[in-house]
Amino acid sequence: MANNDTNIDQYRRRFLERSTAVLAAGVIAPGVFLHTVANARPADEAVTSKVRWGMLVDSGKCKTGCDKCVKACEVENGLTRTGRPEIDAQWIRKVTLKNKQTGHTTSLPMLCQHCAEPPCVDVCPTGASFKRADGIVLVDKHICIGCRYCMMACPYKARSFIHEDITDQKAHAPRGKGTVESCTFCVHRVDKGQSPACVSACDEGAMVFGDMNDPQSEISQRLREVQSMEIRGDLGLNLGVRYQGI
Amino acid sequence: MKYPVCREIEGKSSAYVALLVILGGLVALGLGAAIYMEHQGHHVTGMNNQIVWGMPHVFAVFLIVAASGALNVASISSVFGKVVYKPLAPLSGLLAIALLVGGLVVLVLDLGHPDRLIVAMTNYNFKSIFAWNIFLYNGFLAVVAVYLWMLMERRMNTYTKAAGMVAFVWRLILTTGTGSIFGFLVARQFYDAAIMAPMFIVMSFSFGLAVFILVLFVSFWGTGRPMGEVIVDRMRSLLSLFVLAVLFLVAIFHVTNLYATEHHGIESFILRDGGIYTMMFWVGYVFVGSVLPLLLLNFSGSSRSEVVAVSAGLVILGGLAMMYVIIIGGQAYPLVMFPGYEVVSDFSDGVVNVYRPSLPEILLGMGGVAFALTIVAFGVKVLRFLPLSLADKDIDPHYRPDTAGGATASGA
Repeated sequence: MANNDTNIDQYRRRFLERSTAVLAAGVIAPGVFLHTVANARPADEAVTSKVRWGMLVDSGKCKTGCDKCVKACEVENGLTRTGRPEIDAQWIRKVTLKNKQTGHTTSLPMLCQHCAEPPCVDVCPTGASFKRADGIVLVDKHICIGCRYCMMACPYKARSFIHEDITDQKAHAPRGKGTVESCTFCVHRVDKGQSPACVSACDEGAMVFGDMNDPQSEISQRLREVQSMEIRGDLGLNLGVRYQGI
Repeated sequence: MKYPVCREIEGKSSAYVALLVILGGLVALGLGAAIYMEHQGHHVTGMNNQIVWGMPHVFAVFLIVAASGALNVASISSVFGKVVYKPLAPLSGLLAIALLVGGLVVLVLDLGHPDRLIVAMTNYNFKSIFAWNIFLYNGFLAVVAVYLWMLMERRMNTYTKAAGMVAFVWRLILTTGTGSIFGFLVARQFYDAAIMAPMFIVMSFSFGLAVFILVLFVSFWGTGRPMGEVIVDRMRSLLSLFVLAVLFLVAIFHVTNLYATEHHGIESFILRDGGIYTMMFWVGYVFVGSVLPLLLLNFSGSSRSEVVAVSAGLVILGGLAMMYVIIIGGQAYPLVMFPGYEVVSDFSDGVVNVYRPSLPEILLGMGGVAFALTIVAFGVKVLRFLPLSLADKDIDPHYRPDTAGGATASGA
């Protein structure tokens, strides 16, 4: 009898534990989801500088030879390859670094670094290159005259000039022959509360995207905890993309 | 000395007509190339996402730099009061306007959207040196036009010096702006240097004078107007001085870079390992464009106008080579993003970028040069830009008939 009671107690305990877990998941998961949605900016609300979108790349998790982020970007933004790499548009590319002294190799994605002080915006004669209040650097294709001075000024080779006619464009990523373009941080997704396509595509979890101005965001917490760096930090551009493990 | 007299050229000779036909043909070819590039997109050029500025920019920047330099002869006359140069001032102003227009046409027709010129004229980002340059270029055309009016309209002559001064200061600021297009590029190893502005100013002295000399001499040979030793010798010594000055600043630029370890990569690329760029620098700019003209101008034992003209031609070739090295060579060297690392990617990271100039680009550039020369050829026919005589007795205030023979003998 005593044995039976013990069994019932254990059964009851397991039942309570599991149902609590299910209940917790059921309550918290939508909360997390809704929190994301709630954080998405309503379409009629102006972008503010209270938010600074940023990305942290953990090069330790970024696999050499993996280009899922590059492929995801191409699909998301309708970038097609021409067979002539020198004129292909590249919004994100994989770069492999080998330390000349030690031979240690590192792999990482390079994209527009969404500088707080972007040289491309400084040099653009018409103001077509601009930075949104939330830190995303974009090109207004309507007033870009195609002078390519921004490409000369960008320290990261992040910009591409469109050398020929483009077909099958995505409605959310308008492009045009004779204008310059670059990574938009998938602004159309970010405005809906989603992450950029490259971040979503990275199975390794090597990329974290979020609001660097929100101390509670994952990216802010990670940036507080780990040693990160800015590429060509000597230029003092205050980049929106930070790297860990280089 | 008589008041310098400028007169229109007759412009009825077969040589003049042939010149216009050739220049017109080149302009038409350039225009055709621009339409082709605009219609097809820039994939028909040698430019790509690594070398974003190519041959059109080599020609355009050369023309713009030479434009401000071409005005120097007028400045020497109106601002510094050297009367020998007075008869040359109108041609100097005309050439300055023509070269600038030629350069700007090339620059605009190379844009990804030349049709949006009106956008560039109505949307300004005042932090951009490019936007500043739009004002500086247009202002230069206006200032020099007013200066020419003061100069050529007898009633307005009292204002010549003031207008000349404004034009002189404006041209210095303009070339500062042109040099700063490169000087302000913080990201690139070969640019990002304050010396770019003064170097471009001195280059403008040299290249502009070289173009002026060629245009002047060819006009005089073509029209059979007399030209004396004095003016040829002045041109000879002035060009010589300017070529030396450019060499000095180019040397300072490279020596300063060589002192800093971080610039050793780009310097060994340009000066030693860069293939075409190294050759363009040493053979094109240093030897053909500087040493050879200096030898010809100073040690050939001749002040003949042909020698000075050949030297001027060499300076122009050297200048184009220098522009190629600065504009293309500076982009060919890979951006240094990760010091101490070898960088590999499928987007040309860490490798020397390849550029093969295409025919349409070269035709566009040549078209700009031809357009500038067409303006000059047309200008000297319709207005009084070209002096009737540059004989010593007509321009030299110290001219004495009894010593002229001796001077000629020693100069020859």
